[in-house]
Amino acid sequence: MSYYFAIIGTQDNPLFEYEFGTSKQGGDGQSRFSDQARHLNQFILHSSLDIVEEVQWTSNQLYLKAIDKFFNNYISCFITGGNVKLLLLHQPLNPGGAGGGTTRNSTSIGANPTSPQTEEAIKNFFTEVYENYVKAIMSPFHKANMEIKSPVFRARVAAAGRKYL
Amino acid sequence: MAHMGATGKTGSKEPGLRYPANGKTIFHRPLNRSKTSELSQASFAYLFSEMVSYAQKRVTGIADLEKRLNLQGHPIGLKLLDLLLIREPLRSQSRPLNIIALLHFIKGNLWTHLFGRQADRLEKSSNPDTPDEYMIIDNEPLVNAYVSVPKEMSQLNCAAFVAGIVEGVCDGAAFPARVTAHTVGGKEEGEMWPGKTVFLVKFQPEVLEREALIGKS
Repeated sequence: MSYYFAIIGTQDNPLFEYEFGTSKQGGDGQSRFSDQARHLNQFILHSSLDIVEEVQWTSNQLYLKAIDKFFNNYISCFITGGNVKLLLLHQPLNPGGAGGGTTRNSTSIGANPTSPQTEEAIKNFFTEVYENYVKAIMSPFHKANMEIKSPVFRARVAAAGRKYL
Repeated sequence: MAHMGATGKTGSKEPGLRYPANGKTIFHRPLNRSKTSELSQASFAYLFSEMVSYAQKRVTGIADLEKRLNLQGHPIGLKLLDLLLIREPLRSQSRPLNIIALLHFIKGNLWTHLFGRQADRLEKSSNPDTPDEYMIIDNEPLVNAYVSVPKEMSQLNCAAFVAGIVEGVCDGAAFPARVTAHTVGGKEEGEMWPGKTVFLVKFQPEVLEREALIGKS
C-alpha cells in the first residue's frame, strides 16, 4: 500500500506534498510507486480537483471520503474551511484484490479502499494533519496560499501517516 | 555571522532554521484556548490607536484610510475561519454552504470570539435592486470605544478594520464579498446607540448565481 499526500491551495497551487507507504501489517513506511507512476500521481491528484469542486457544495462536512478513482488509484479528500484541499492518493497493493482477497485481507486498511475501516483511518489521518495545518497558518508570517516548508510540519505528517495508515 | 559558523559545526540538520530556546515551536502549542481567557481592552485600544495612525500615514483620503484598515483585518479573517472551525466540537464541524449559514457563523462564532458577544442584528437589504447586500449590525463596536472622529472626517468609521476581518472570512469560505462599515447612529439628543455601525456585505454576482443553483437541486 502506497500513499501520496498533497495540500492544494485555493488557486490550485500545491502547498505541500509527501509520499509514504503503509506502516500496518509489517509495512516499512516506504512507498512502492514505480518511477513512472510517481510522475503520474501528481496528474491524477490534480485532475480530481474538478470533482472536489462539485462535491464540496453537496455536503457541509469537512471530510468528503473517496471522491475519485483512476484505475487502481483512489483519491480521498478533506476540505478545510478556507477552501484548501487535503488530498490523499492511495493505491492498494494487489489490483482488483478487494473482492478476491481472504477475509483477513478485506478488513485490513488498504486492501479495500472503500471499506468503513479505511475511511475511518483516513479520516483520522486527515483530522490530525488539519490540526497541524491550522497551527502552521496561525504563524503571523504565514500568508494565504504560501508553501509550507516547516520540517516540524513534515515530521508531524509523517507521524500521522505511521499512526493511522 | 561568527555565531552561525559555530552552530554549523555542531551539526544542525536544517541550515538556517532556528528553534526557540525551549525547543517548542508553534506546532507544540495547543489550538484550544480556555473560554475565559480574555485580553485587556486598554492594551487593545492602545494597539488599535497605533494601527489607525499607521494606516493614516500618506493616505490621500478617508476612503483610502478605510481601505488600509480593511487590508489589516483581511488576513485575520482568513485565519480565524479555520481556527474557529477546528475549535468547534468534532460532530458539529461544518463548512458554511450558503449565505445564511455563513452570516450566522459570523454573527455568532466570529463575534463571540472577537468581542465576547453576538452581533446585534442581521438584515437583508429590502431594496429589490440589491439582493446581494446583507447587513450585520453592531450597536456599539468595541473597536470604536475610544475613537473620537474629528468633525472634518465624519465619514470615517474605524470599524473598517472589523469589516476587513468579515471580508476575510467571506473570501476564505469562497463567498467573495466587499464589506464596508458605516455609522448610522443619529447625532441628536436621546439617541440610544450613537455609535451604531452597519457592516454592509455585498456579495459578488457569482455567489448569488451559485446560491440559486444549490437551492434548486
